[in-house]
Amino acid sequence: MSTILQTENLTVTYPGGEDTAPTVALDGVTLSIERGSFVVVLGHNGSGKSTLAKTFNAVLLPGGGTVWVDGMDTKDEKLLLEIRRRIGMVFQNPDNQIVANVVEEDVAFAPENLGVPTEEIRQRVDDALEAVGMTEFTLHAPHLLSGGQKQRVAIAGVLAMLPECIVLDEATAMLDPRGRREVLNVIEGLHREKDITVVLITHHMNEAEHADRVIVMDDGHLAMDGTPREVFSRAEELEAMGLAVPDTVALLRELKAGGMDVPTDAVTVEDCAEAIVAALG
Amino acid sequence: MLKDITLGQYFPGTTLAHRLDPRTKLLCVLCYIVAIFACHSVWGYGAVIVTLIVSAAVSRVGVKALFRGLRPVLFIVVFTAVLNLFYTPGETLWTWGVLRVTREGIRMSVAMVARIVLLITGTFLLTYTTSPIRLTDGLESLLSPLKKLRVPVHELAMMMSIALRFIPTLIEETDKIMSAQKARGADFESGGLIRRAKALLPLLVPLFISAFRRADELATAMECRCYHGGEGRTKLHVLRFAARDYLVFLLFLALAVGIVVFD
Repeated sequence: MSTILQTENLTVTYPGGEDTAPTVALDGVTLSIERGSFVVVLGHNGSGKSTLAKTFNAVLLPGGGTVWVDGMDTKDEKLLLEIRRRIGMVFQNPDNQIVANVVEEDVAFAPENLGVPTEEIRQRVDDALEAVGMTEFTLHAPHLLSGGQKQRVAIAGVLAMLPECIVLDEATAMLDPRGRREVLNVIEGLHREKDITVVLITHHMNEAEHADRVIVMDDGHLAMDGTPREVFSRAEELEAMGLAVPDTVALLRELKAGGMDVPTDAVTVEDCAEAIVAALG
Repeated sequence: MLKDITLGQYFPGTTLAHRLDPRTKLLCVLCYIVAIFACHSVWGYGAVIVTLIVSAAVSRVGVKALFRGLRPVLFIVVFTAVLNLFYTPGETLWTWGVLRVTREGIRMSVAMVARIVLLITGTFLLTYTTSPIRLTDGLESLLSPLKKLRVPVHELAMMMSIALRFIPTLIEETDKIMSAQKARGADFESGGLIRRAKALLPLLVPLFISAFRRADELATAMECRCYHGGEGRTKLHVLRFAARDYLVFLLFLALAVGIVVFD
């Protein structure tokens, strides 16, 4: 497995105002993300997780340290477009990332910027809309779609760049449970079928259940890094950082405290159910 | 209530007028405007009116829809008519106190009203049959020679299309802020004009703040999708002139030239 994203001793500081001190958003973060993996980044507000995302495609340049995308240093301005093409970024508010007033025109925006020939743009737009299941809305006006649909259009807009990796910065935070499910299904499908690396930034613990790897950010540092099982078995530490464990783990912990003999590291609903059935004998 | 506002109303359709290249339609409207301002005789006006009626028939736009566009400018039309009617010097036909109607006045006022009505209904036909995005594309393409004079044509077209994209979003937001303020006792409906205008002020502040935040986020999102200005940009929909475009344009050009030369 090769590395798609790598940071070394990454530091980002936001300048302070007249009477406020500068804020250190990231403080010496070193990590690498494998190609084809599904990584969830957790952290409460202000933990630096969104700042981390913005350094991945050179929207924000490191104050100290280095970020490499596929071996390319994000500080190299000549590589800017190539870096941004490889790392697609989806943001929180779907309304503020849709540029055009027809769905297909919006999906075409990135390939148009990259100077892709017209026939190929058509192909990419159709493929991207099919991949997110929005083909029937090709000619719709984006403002008439639901939140989940808008976010799927935004994902299609990124897919049309043929990226290697998609970074979702709290992309489900403004959606209702149904919209969130839609978006997560699309993301999981892209990861499974197109082998796209996914970095999902969120504060919904339950979204971490299908991840290969969970990274927990706290106060600009990398606090935890491991499989969902490893991370969520450290419930006390998570709670100390202001994070809750997924409902499944919380349930198992309560059962155990009540005297039932269950493991407390079953994260997915299926594993959790199996563990309880096994304990009931 | 705010959702009723439509700007540059577009009626989707598949008529010849809808299928024409937006650039052709823009050039035709230009010829049409030249014709309106160059005509003097009844024949000239007749030719322009026939052109308008034929265009409306081809676009399948009804008389009612066509004249609905006139409602916002009704005041200007009446004002022009009255002003021209009473204040044009010439052969007096009728006097009442200070008011004096002249033969030239009647002629002038009819001519001016006809011009305004023809101008507005004609340009409305353009927006009825052309979606805003096609119109912007057409404008960008027509004005592209100005790029050599360093006019930021691409940037202007981009701004226009983003503005069009965000009108419904901002209207929705205004509605939301209004409801939130009404829930806390704000009154937007009673009082005189000045009072109502003052009531709108607290609405504008949050609206502007949110618009700036949106602009910032949109700019980041555009950069993330590799936007770097108009250079080297390709298009999903490339504008192409077809035979029908040349034909229609020649007809309109003939109208303009004919009226300028013979009328």
